Amino acid sequence: MTFPTFLFYAFAAILVFAALRVVTARNPVHAVLWLVLAFFTAAAHWLMLRAEFLAIVLVLVYVGAVMVLFLFVVMMLDINFDNLRKQFRSYLPVAATVGALVLIEMALTLMGSRLAVSGGGTAGPAAAGGNTRALGALVYTEYVYPFEIAAVILLVAIIAAIALTHRKRRETKYQNPGEQVKARPGDRLRILNIPSEKKPH
Amino acid sequence: MELLSAPTLSHYLVLGAILFAISMGGIFLNRKNVIILLMAIELMLLAVNLNFIAFSSYLDDMAGQVFVFFILTVAAAESAIGLAILVLLFRNVGSIDVEDMGKLKG
Repeated sequence: MTFPTFLFYAFAAILVFAALRVVTARNPVHAVLWLVLAFFTAAAHWLMLRAEFLAIVLVLVYVGAVMVLFLFVVMMLDINFDNLRKQFRSYLPVAATVGALVLIEMALTLMGSRLAVSGGGTAGPAAAGGNTRALGALVYTEYVYPFEIAAVILLVAIIAAIALTHRKRRETKYQNPGEQVKARPGDRLRILNIPSEKKPH
Repeated sequence: MELLSAPTLSHYLVLGAILFAISMGGIFLNRKNVIILLMAIELMLLAVNLNFIAFSSYLDDMAGQVFVFFILTVAAAESAIGLAILVLLFRNVGSIDVEDMGKLKG
């Protein structure tokens, strides 16, 4: 067994174990941390498959942003998680059945098809000039319209997330710039015409 | 030993299938807790992405990696909006139990 082969089985074992812990962890914070481990191991797998750029993006974007967002939400919400796990054991049989069914179906498909033969052998050669350059050359030429649509999707996600969660707080004091700009001197300053006192004789 | 041979395409496909089955079972297992449901969906997307990258690498076609790039984008948008809806749900209903979402029926 060569070293890359050993790495594959080690990372695969870690990945499967972390995935199992994600769905069975008692505390959701632990589940998020196990998911982070799963993403890291998946990134290692992608590195071995010579998808360096996507592996780094997975760690930076997914672990760095999305998982931290998950952590924020889990810690921000004050939830009694024990109530949510009351019927956990009663769901176990049907969950195991469905999982096993999906696995068996996929195993039958994989073993019965030509995939196992045609893709055999080792991974293809590395792209000239690196994986990032090859990916960039494709994304900015052939896939430029999908790329722009992806940018719009991200913009929509930003606006939607802010619009959904934004609320006006009554207790905070804030200024209205429009009102401030509209103000005229007459609104702030009142000149009274008071007759001066007569000189005493 | 045959099972521990050097990784081929089918090894990665089997690994992706196992991951997908685990997250599928996880959705049934945690059907009350929306946060864990979202995490199981992320895990499913990871399994699919693993398949894409394995195919891309073994068939020497970059299109698979471009596709993973877009899946990552859409998945990030999906989880951002999903978590925003979750926060909103907790603010209005006071729980993240899926069964409490029946109140949406009005």
